[in-house]
Amino acid sequence: MPAPKRFSVKRKRVCKFCAEKINYIDFKDGKLLSHFIPERGKILPRRISGVCSVHQRQLSEAIKRARHMAILPFVAD
Amino acid sequence: MRTYEVAFIAVPTLTPEELDAFIAQMQSVIEGRNGRVVKVDNWGKKSLAYKIKKFRDGYYVILTIEADGAIVAELERRFRVADHVIRFLSIRIDEDLKRAEKMKIARQRKAGSKPAPAALQIDESEDVMPPATPLDQPTIERS
Repeated sequence: MPAPKRFSVKRKRVCKFCAEKINYIDFKDGKLLSHFIPERGKILPRRISGVCSVHQRQLSEAIKRARHMAILPFVAD
Repeated sequence: MRTYEVAFIAVPTLTPEELDAFIAQMQSVIEGRNGRVVKVDNWGKKSLAYKIKKFRDGYYVILTIEADGAIVAELERRFRVADHVIRFLSIRIDEDLKRAEKMKIARQRKAGSKPAPAALQIDESEDVMPPATPLDQPTIERS
């Protein structure tokens, strides 16, 4: 039996937007954006969601636009 | 000419006819100044995520237009003046769409020129992490 590897959890985190080939994140798509909004209504950090930096930047912009248009809440409780 | 997406929320007390009249008025403003309305997207009455001016819902309308900044400025001025518009947002989308298109083409080229890399064989006896991306590996030509 080989010794257990130090990084035994090989959870490959793949950016959802890269995987689904989404090139433009639309603020109007509230359903898509709601995946990245936890209970409280904050923007999910990418260390948790695994979104790549390019898409995280687009995503946060889209979420902020959606909030302005009352598609997403600023705070939810 | 640039492509913009102009979205606004109208009060729910408006009748659908009044809303249509307002949209038509905005269209004539755009077309009167050599702009072009690409698409009018009327979502109808939708509930808001939070209260705006004590309203719980509103009519969502999204106009996709080809225009220049002056037209957008005029539309925004009219939205501010109109009592029945409670929220608006105009964004320029041509650059974003162009970039998205470029990414799409780049992805297709990548997919076309190089077949999917074969699964990496990991030697279990070695206590090293396998490379995170298969791109680090030299491409293996098979005939």
